[in-house]
Amino acid sequence: MTRTVLNSRKITQRTAFTFLGLATVITVTPVLFIIIYTITKGAGAITWDFLIQFPSQAGREGGILPAIIGTFYLMIGTLVFALPIGVLAGIYLTEYARDNWLTRLINLAIVNLAGVPSIVFGLFGLSVFVLTFHFGLSLLAASLTLAAQALAMVITTSREAILAVPREFREGSLAIGVTKWQTVRHIVLPQAMPGIITGAVLAISRAAGETAPILVVGAAFLLPKLPQSPLDQFMALPYYLYTVATQVPNMPEGTIWGIALVLLIVVLSFDVLAAAIRIKTRQRK
Amino acid sequence: MLQQDIAQAAAKVTNKGLRRRLRLGERVIEGWIFLAGMLAIVVLLGIIFILLKEGLPIFANTPPWEFFFGTHWYPVSDPPTFGIAAFFVSTLWVTLISTAVAVPLGVACAAYLSEVAPSKVSETIKPIIEILAGIPSVMMGFIGLALLSPFVQSLFHLNTGLCGLTAAIMLSMMSLPIIVSVSEDAMHAVPKEFKEASYALGATKWETIWHVCIPSALSGITAAIMLGVGRAIGETMTVLMVAGGALAVPASPTDPMTTMTSAIASGIGNAVRGGLQYQALFAVGLILFILTLAVNIIAERVLERQKRKFAR
Amino acid sequence: MNIKLNVPDISARPTDKCVTKLKAERVNLYYGSFQCLRNITLDIPSCSITAIIGPSGCGKSSLLRLFNRMNDLIHGVRVEGNVELDGTPIYDPKIDVAELRKRVGMVFQKPNPFPMSVFENVAYGPKRHGIKSRGELEEIVEKSLRHAALWDEVKDKLSQSGLSISGGQQQRLCIARVLAVEPEVILMDEPCSALDPVATLKIEDLMRSLAEDYTIIIVTHNMQQAARVSDTAAFMMMEPDRAGVLVEYGPTAQLFTNPKDKRTEDYITGRFG
Repeated sequence: MTRTVLNSRKITQRTAFTFLGLATVITVTPVLFIIIYTITKGAGAITWDFLIQFPSQAGREGGILPAIIGTFYLMIGTLVFALPIGVLAGIYLTEYARDNWLTRLINLAIVNLAGVPSIVFGLFGLSVFVLTFHFGLSLLAASLTLAAQALAMVITTSREAILAVPREFREGSLAIGVTKWQTVRHIVLPQAMPGIITGAVLAISRAAGETAPILVVGAAFLLPKLPQSPLDQFMALPYYLYTVATQVPNMPEGTIWGIALVLLIVVLSFDVLAAAIRIKTRQRK
Repeated sequence: MLQQDIAQAAAKVTNKGLRRRLRLGERVIEGWIFLAGMLAIVVLLGIIFILLKEGLPIFANTPPWEFFFGTHWYPVSDPPTFGIAAFFVSTLWVTLISTAVAVPLGVACAAYLSEVAPSKVSETIKPIIEILAGIPSVMMGFIGLALLSPFVQSLFHLNTGLCGLTAAIMLSMMSLPIIVSVSEDAMHAVPKEFKEASYALGATKWETIWHVCIPSALSGITAAIMLGVGRAIGETMTVLMVAGGALAVPASPTDPMTTMTSAIASGIGNAVRGGLQYQALFAVGLILFILTLAVNIIAERVLERQKRKFAR
Repeated sequence: MNIKLNVPDISARPTDKCVTKLKAERVNLYYGSFQCLRNITLDIPSCSITAIIGPSGCGKSSLLRLFNRMNDLIHGVRVEGNVELDGTPIYDPKIDVAELRKRVGMVFQKPNPFPMSVFENVAYGPKRHGIKSRGELEEIVEKSLRHAALWDEVKDKLSQSGLSISGGQQQRLCIARVLAVEPEVILMDEPCSALDPVATLKIEDLMRSLAEDYTIIIVTHNMQQAARVSDTAAFMMMEPDRAGVLVEYGPTAQLFTNPKDKRTEDYITGRFG
């Protein structure tokens, strides 16, 4: 009697675990499939010319150079605006902010900012940067929009990195008459740097893949030349992929997969870089 | 006594050094630090302000009732009509289906990773799921377009595979990483004593997961679900590319759809600043913002409570 | 308990140097609504070692940190009463806390060298205070390390990480780091509690030699240590509401051999604590 109960319980457990394992397989398989499929379909399209030429025939021929360059500029632009402000905000929250209503409000704002849909950031950027500030449909407006979106993440990762610096180091510095800012500048920041860089790399990886906001603030499908100034219009890989995949008839399939593969490589290589920095710092400690 | 006085006088001289120094450079930097700290609030309030300022005027043209429940979206007719019921219903369908697919999968996957799998296996699987979170949404849209939609079309014998269901399946994949990682954290946070108590009573591992881990982690799992829902509501590119883009109120998940996000993305390029369509799309953005804000606040609250529950 | 006393030869000390360096008058310290110190009054003489002893949690560290305003770092801290350095009230809003801490340095319970080279650890303070010339810095580093009795042990590994040397060496490095900014007072918060007996003895010797030039206040839970190194001792206790009070304060020899207060006697003879 007892034995059969035990057996049936064991069978229940085995069945349940099979289902859990199956769920995991279902979760993981598409990722591997997407990556492997994109590589096999897209690798053939990627040649040196594909990377360094301008597109022709509405993207059906030629290469994707301006889209790569545009995405590169966007990543730089996002970093330039989001990183310093994000790090300073992280310093404020860890080193200067008191535990009061203002700080709680800031934290609330950060949490909610992280959840705002990207298209809403696009609307914000359109109204503020493109129209009100008269930056037009430009690299500058798009960078500022993406930076606003990346802000929450850069602040959060900087704050975590700064918080992880042991209190003893700060005390040791303050206790010999070094001022608070000098302590932050010479002790805390160098210690927190790997974590801050990890956050920054993740933020630009996301900026590289983001499409909806730049669709609103004016990425161009095709441009005859590279942007010469921050106020010029630009092309970008994700928007280019969107357009050739949905708007261009008779687009060679291999070329689309090639663009997708380049985008995937750009985005994921930064993710891998961030992970590598994280692992390396963890080992050192 | 005299010596004492001399010593004290000497001390007073040196004490001039204790006077507060100006340190102008540091004051300036600290001012910047404060301003940067405030910026998150400024941006969030800025978003709210812009959405209200650009979006609310539409209600002078279209009363809120007609705007929310109107089933016709003809922005360029004369006179134009702005009813967003179709977008709202589409968003609802897509979100519901993607959540219904992603939650059981995600929670089961989290339970497997945190309780069942040997640590070597879960250490291998977790980075793969993180990669999924890193795949750009336009890429997922393209995958849906190129691979999933033909499959859905032939499976359900549809005229087009570009429909709400296809979008929902892609969205469920995209919300899986956050559901898995937050649920897994929640199950990890369940104190070991609870599990040990369960084993001590002779429960099997599965019974412990089912009766102890999942119930204890319920609030964390709820938060994970809310975050997944927030993601699905706000996702734009995938839906824009694979949901089909029809403007009618969808009757079934296999109908082509336009969600609130894709309505903004596809319409904003043609909208003139300050024009009615522009205002209407900002109003859609406002609703979207309020919905995701609500979902996020709930998630945050639930997570807070979970943290407090096991805090000691 | 058999305590060997280092009875200070008071007469040998030049009286003109021995003035009141630090002074606390009717000090109350609060963390939020919790009172941590109650009605503390004491004068710390210059060029001597003052030990603060008492059971754990009685506010010894808080009293120590009163003198360089390290308590300020804790949110919700409030100080009542008067604390003076050389006759200047240090809780005056016009006081520059960094300047104060430069003159009243501090060494912590756990050695906390910065994650940089031995040289940079010592040079850190002078650099921040505006000394840029390499030669001058080298001079300061050598002098400070010699003063901290560490020079001979680390002179060949100045470029190694401050974290790579032994615990006792790390603590002396921290002392050298404080000496490098030329303080007048050195506060030591249980500086030997993380060290082995040999390293502890080295630090104690160092303290005795530093007492020639500096005013030292040490918090210790080790009564033998207090008896060995200090000239003056303060015994603190907790009241029922957990506020720390000063029970007895006087020359170490007297406090240990002939305590005036029954509670002091109970504590040093090991009846509780």
